[in-house]
Amino acid sequence: MTTAAIEVRGLHKSYAGRKVVDGVSFEVGEGEVFGILGPNGAGKTTAVECVEGLRTPDEGLVRVCGYDPAVRRAEVTRVLGVQLQESELQAKLTVREALDLYASFHERPADPHALAERLGLLPHLKVRFAKLSGGQKQRLFIALALIGDPRVVVLDELTTGLDPRARREVWSLVEAVRDSGVTVLLVTHFMEEAQRLCDRIAVLDRGRIAALDTPEGLIRSSGGAKEISFAAGVPVDPAELRALPGAVSVTTADGRTVVGGTDETVTAFVSLLARHGVTAHQLRVTDATLDDAYLDLTGDDHR
Amino acid sequence: MSTPTATVLKTEARLFGREPGSLFWVMLSPTLLLVVLGLIPSFREASEDLGGRRVIDLYVPVAVLFALIMSGLQAMPPVLSGYRERGILRRMSTTPVRPGTLLTAQLALHAAAALVSALLVVAVGRLAFGVALPGNPAGYLIALLLAVASGLALGATVCAVSRTQKIATAVGSAVFFPAMFTAGVWVPVQAMPDTLQRIVGLTPFGAASEALDTAASGGWPGWAALGVMALWTGVLTGASVRWFRWQ
Repeated sequence: MTTAAIEVRGLHKSYAGRKVVDGVSFEVGEGEVFGILGPNGAGKTTAVECVEGLRTPDEGLVRVCGYDPAVRRAEVTRVLGVQLQESELQAKLTVREALDLYASFHERPADPHALAERLGLLPHLKVRFAKLSGGQKQRLFIALALIGDPRVVVLDELTTGLDPRARREVWSLVEAVRDSGVTVLLVTHFMEEAQRLCDRIAVLDRGRIAALDTPEGLIRSSGGAKEISFAAGVPVDPAELRALPGAVSVTTADGRTVVGGTDETVTAFVSLLARHGVTAHQLRVTDATLDDAYLDLTGDDHR
Repeated sequence: MSTPTATVLKTEARLFGREPGSLFWVMLSPTLLLVVLGLIPSFREASEDLGGRRVIDLYVPVAVLFALIMSGLQAMPPVLSGYRERGILRRMSTTPVRPGTLLTAQLALHAAAALVSALLVVAVGRLAFGVALPGNPAGYLIALLLAVASGLALGATVCAVSRTQKIATAVGSAVFFPAMFTAGVWVPVQAMPDTLQRIVGLTPFGAASEALDTAASGGWPGWAALGVMALWTGVLTGASVRWFRWQ
C-alpha cells in the first residue's frame, strides 16, 4: 500500500500535559536522507523515538516500512537500525565484543569485520568503550545501527560534541551509508550538517513542522539563494534594489547593505551599477546558507 | 551463530571478570572473613555458651550469607542501574532482543558468583578449620538457593526504586547494614537473645541463617524459615518487576 520507508501522520505526544509533538506529519522515501532540524526542545527526539518504538504516540500514525513500531516490534527492529542520542555501552566492553554482541541479536547480521573496516574501527577492535574518543564512539554507534543490515537508520544528534574534523569524517560515513541504498532519518541542530547531507529537511519548531523542503528550497523560500552585500552609501535608491528581479529582501545593518535574491538578481544588480556608473565598495556575492532560512522559520525566542 | 541469550551471558561474564572490586568482594572477601576469624585461637575452641560448638562453626553460614549480600546488594544494583542510566537498556530495546535478557544475565551471573563463593567458604571451613560439611546437604542446598534468590530479589528491588546509579549505591548500602546484622555478621543469630532471634528470623537473611545453621547441623531446615525466604523472594520480585523503570 505504501512505498515510504517512514510514514508519520498527525503525530501527537504530550508529557504531563505539555505538548511536545503537536501534529507532525512527514514521509521519508526509500533511499532518501531526511533531516529533522530544530532548536533544542522542539520535539525532534520525541518524534523520532515514536518512530523507533521507544515511545507510543498519544495520537497519530507511525509506520516504518509499513509496520507500526508500537505494535510490530519484531518486524520494525529487523528493518530499522538506531543510533540513540546520549546512549552509551558497557564501559569495559571492547569494540569487537560490542560488534559481535549486537550481531548476535540479528538473524542475518552484516559481517562485523567488514563493517568495522568500513567505519575505520579495525585498529580499535580491542579498545574498551570508555577509552574510545568521541569520534570513535560515534563510528561504533553507526556500526551498531548498521549491524542488522537495516533498510532504514535513524541517527540522532550524531555529531554533537565532536570536533570539526571528526564531524566531517562522520558526514562522509553517512554519505557512504546513503550510497549503499539505506534510508536515513537524521536528527540534528547543525545547519551545515543538514545542508550537506539531507535530500529534504523538516524544520521542527515547538512541536510543529515549520517548513518541509529541500535545503535549496528552504533557502529560496526565506531569504533567497544568493546574498549580495556591499558597503552602505552606494548612491542607489533602495526601492530600485527591491525592484530587482528575484530580490526578496533588502536590509542595511552594521554599515553594509544586503540584498537577498537569486542568480538573476545578481546579474540585474551588476547591470544596475553599470547603468548608474557607480562602484559598489567591498562587494560580495555569497550563497545564502540554511542558517538564514532556519532563523526565519524558528521562533524569535530561540535566538 | 550462537543465540543472543548465550552471547549476552558470555559477554556479561567477561565484563564481570573485568571488575576486580566485585570479584574480590563477592568471591574472596567472605572466605577471607572466615580465615581471619579462624586465626583467632579462642574461636576454634568449643564453647559451652554455644552448646559445645565453636565460634568458627557458626561463622561458616555467616560468611556464606556475607557472600550473598555482597553479590546481591553491593555488586549488582550499581551495575543494573548503571545500565539503565547510561542508556544501555534503551539501546538494546531498539534491537530484536529485549533488554530483559541483559538483566536476566546479570542476575544469573551474580547468583553463580554468590554460589561459587559460598562453596569456597564451606570448602575452606572444612579444610582449614575442620568445620563439618553440612549434615543435611539437600536441605543446605535448598536453603542456600532460596537465600540467593531472596538476596538477588532484594538487590533488584533496590535498583527498581532507585532512579540513578548513585541512589542505587546509597540505598544498597542502607539495606546492606541491616542485612549484615540479620545475617549475624556481628553477632551470630544463634547467639542472639531469644526475642531478637525470633524477629531476625522474619527477615530474609535471618531466616537464611536459621535454615543454613539447622541444615549444617544435620537437621531439615524448618518450613517456617524456608517459607519466610520464599515469601520475601516472591514479594520482592513482584515489587521490582512492578517498579522497575527501563529508562
